[in-house]
Amino acid sequence: MEIHIQLATESKMFTAARNGFGGQPNSQVDAVVLGLPGVLPVINKKAVEYSIMVGLALGCQIARHTKWDRKSYYYPDLPKNYQISQYDLPLCGEGTFDLQRAGQPARSIRIRRAHLEEDAGKLMHEAPGGFAIDHSIVDLNRAGTPLLEIVTEPDLTSGEEVAAFGQGLQKLVQFLGISHAQMQMGHMRFEPNINVHITDEHGQIHKTAITEIKNLNSFSVLQRATDYEVQRQIHEWIETGSLGRKSTMGWDEASGTTVLQRLKEEAHDYRYFPDPDLLPVEVSDEWLEEIRSRIGELPEARRQRFIDQFNLTPADAEILTGQRTLADFFEQAVRHDGDARRIGNLLINVVTQIANKLDRPAYDCGITALQLAQVARLIDADKLAASNALPLFERLAGAAPDVDAEICATEMGLLQSSDTSAIDAAIDALIAANPKPLQDFKAGKQAALGALTGMLMRASKGMNPKMVQQRLREKLGMN
Amino acid sequence: MTDMNVPDTLLAAREAVATKQISAVELTRATLARIEKNDPTIKAFNSLAVERALQQAALVDDGQRTGPLAGVPIALKDNLCTNWGTTTCSSKMLANFRAPYDAHVVQKLEQAGAVFLGKTNLDEFAMGSSTENSAFGATRNPWDTARVPGGSSGGSAAAVAAGLCCGAIGSDTGGSIRQPAALCGVVGLKPTYGLVSRWGLVAFASSLDQIGPLTWTVSDCAALLNVLVGPDRRDSTCIDQPAPDYLAQLNQPIKGLRLGVAKEFSAAQGIDPRVQAAVNQAIQQYQAMGAELVDISLPHTDYGIAAYYVIAPCEASSNLARYDGVHFGHRTAHAVDDIVELFSRSRAEGFGEEVKRRIMIGTYALSSGYYDAYYNRALKVRRLIKQDFDQAFGRCDAIICPTSPTPAFAIGERTSDPLSMYLADTFTVTCNIAGICGISLPCGFTDGPRPLPIGLQLLGPAFGESTILRAARMYEQATDWHRRRPAGQSQVAREG
Repeated sequence: MEIHIQLATESKMFTAARNGFGGQPNSQVDAVVLGLPGVLPVINKKAVEYSIMVGLALGCQIARHTKWDRKSYYYPDLPKNYQISQYDLPLCGEGTFDLQRAGQPARSIRIRRAHLEEDAGKLMHEAPGGFAIDHSIVDLNRAGTPLLEIVTEPDLTSGEEVAAFGQGLQKLVQFLGISHAQMQMGHMRFEPNINVHITDEHGQIHKTAITEIKNLNSFSVLQRATDYEVQRQIHEWIETGSLGRKSTMGWDEASGTTVLQRLKEEAHDYRYFPDPDLLPVEVSDEWLEEIRSRIGELPEARRQRFIDQFNLTPADAEILTGQRTLADFFEQAVRHDGDARRIGNLLINVVTQIANKLDRPAYDCGITALQLAQVARLIDADKLAASNALPLFERLAGAAPDVDAEICATEMGLLQSSDTSAIDAAIDALIAANPKPLQDFKAGKQAALGALTGMLMRASKGMNPKMVQQRLREKLGMN
Repeated sequence: MTDMNVPDTLLAAREAVATKQISAVELTRATLARIEKNDPTIKAFNSLAVERALQQAALVDDGQRTGPLAGVPIALKDNLCTNWGTTTCSSKMLANFRAPYDAHVVQKLEQAGAVFLGKTNLDEFAMGSSTENSAFGATRNPWDTARVPGGSSGGSAAAVAAGLCCGAIGSDTGGSIRQPAALCGVVGLKPTYGLVSRWGLVAFASSLDQIGPLTWTVSDCAALLNVLVGPDRRDSTCIDQPAPDYLAQLNQPIKGLRLGVAKEFSAAQGIDPRVQAAVNQAIQQYQAMGAELVDISLPHTDYGIAAYYVIAPCEASSNLARYDGVHFGHRTAHAVDDIVELFSRSRAEGFGEEVKRRIMIGTYALSSGYYDAYYNRALKVRRLIKQDFDQAFGRCDAIICPTSPTPAFAIGERTSDPLSMYLADTFTVTCNIAGICGISLPCGFTDGPRPLPIGLQLLGPAFGESTILRAARMYEQATDWHRRRPAGQSQVAREG
């Protein structure tokens, strides 16, 4: 599999033009992106660091000396008609990815290499808004975006496995914070290279020619296209005896089939040679260690630790370690002293709900880690009904960050009392004012208890409902 | 001030403007008048920036523009991007190209107060040694207009020699500053690779290209170089160090100067005996001034031209790939069936013969199956040539040799034989291949009714510009060659 990942740097790979497409066509460009005469590329150090982070997370050998090469081909979305890439000295060498799937043993997918390059622009065959035109137009907003290309060894054996690998990789790069990795935005693009080994009735093995499916950018399509192509190759062999030809395919969503784009015999000679405008990159021990220290604990290790240390359910641990920032926020709250399971639960079920409404990440939606811990403590101390966490968090999200959750809950009248003498007094007063339900209950009408409880709950607002029920039952001699 | 008294050298012009002997506007007008009179014959300029030059000069006179080149009229090779006028590289491909930015050196010169007169002719994309490979016609040598000025910075060299500016900027990939300087009887310096930012220089061969000055005198050369050098983050290959002041110690002779004489240069084929004689005399002059001669060997010199004509075309084939008629530059007017035909026709129409020849050589040499035999082997030669120089500079301060094997040749003489043209670079290419510095200065003239200048070359180690400038200045102080002017121009009196 070949995977292209757009890195979420501020600027482009070799120039200060803003990285991040969108906006008007050809607005995220400068003279370097356009490849005008006389311009020169300058390496984006951040992109190199991001790539090394991925390499380290995949256990890759990081090259101490790497260089840049020009890959030549003529295409209108490639302004210089060469792409700056890395040919024989990739930044990251061999590594492995541990593929984890629920209910199945972990599998080790070998990484062959990962190298850094610049993305091309986009060629469009209709005008913005979908209007038909009789020519093609070019948008160079994407051109020059830092692109990490990861290549695996042929270790994936099914569409399901390919998609799971893709999702695992997406989680990893999101955790590292090096790519937005939004599939629908094209931040990650997958190109499976597929062939099958067919054993016939005589035990002879037939290996079909490798086909590459270009530019798949949804996990569902990745899985379906892979499965389709496997079956297509098998059927082609069964029906015609042909092993096919080395080729490049595309996926046609409308028909749900792979479509031949070109035969690989027509493959380009890319005439790679070292880019004379750029100096080689030397990776020192100090730099490598500094980058390593930024990665910290990897998601899989952290997930396991969350289960072991905080007694979280595997599902909650999975969610909380999905993003580094979320996991950091969670641990910060736990350090403020609160029950980790309660905090995790509130974060996943309540804070996230508010954050989604505000269209902000949970760790940055106006609720501090301290407030999260305070709310968890209020609930565990029976001072706050769990159902009241939502309105309390909503208020906290809009308030100053130094507002104390308990004071806020008091002001909102959400705090509940566990003072038994007050509760007893309230029960006595209620019964004195409404003797009928008690008489009915004593006469054997069980249903009267429900009415009594209802009235009591309305009258005892602000009191701990559990405690209220408990005292009532005691009064009725039920315990 | 009459035209005869208008200075044609850089430091004299700077002094005249600074002391208000002449206003910057008057100096600019007088220089533009010379251009108007003589350039129809010389054809040094591709385009002029008359209005802009006069405005820039007026700002100097108003005191709004100051600096070490305040009011000095300068010509720019037409492969340096300017955010005014066109930057054509003397190619039909870029005939209408207007850069939205200034080259780094253009910014530096602007800040130094220079007045830009216009853009000078060159061999298309700096590929050539005669300035005949120009889409806009050949430039003439001011000493004999039937002859070439050398190239590729022939327009800049001719503009200086014809008194059409007080200094010019060129670029040198295999001798493109030094060889035309030699053929036009002026001083030209190729800085060490990485000393001057290449930002805004339209690339020919990125690992060899350097920008440098062309002037009448060594002092002018040092003054102009002072402005060009300095760090620039936009060029990764440019050194991040403040530049020294090359003028400061220029007039101090180097005591015990050790000059290397390479036996491979002396034995080179095709040296004109007049060139050999003039260079030998220069060597004797240096001995008379107390220099020590050191016999050195540069054993891989013979492979220099071959390595150069692989490396430079390889890089050029890639650098020039962007000219495809899609985003900018010449696009065919012919109806095309597909994108490949658009590329092919636009490039076939936009590029001249020599450029196409080099693109094809480079494309071939980089192709799968040929890469090791050509490009990789050329890089090995490159390392060996570097080693040769490293060893030589362990034993001498500078290497002395001719700049060009011959004086200026006749227009049309070599156009049908590219190989004979390539041999004009015999003494200059190894300097670019090794990334070291070199200067050419006049060391004599041929006899006859139209005497032709002969150039002496001093090669120095990486970042040895101060050394070769001081050594050149020693010779210049002892000789008068730099005061000669082509017929019709006022000769310069002895100074001081």
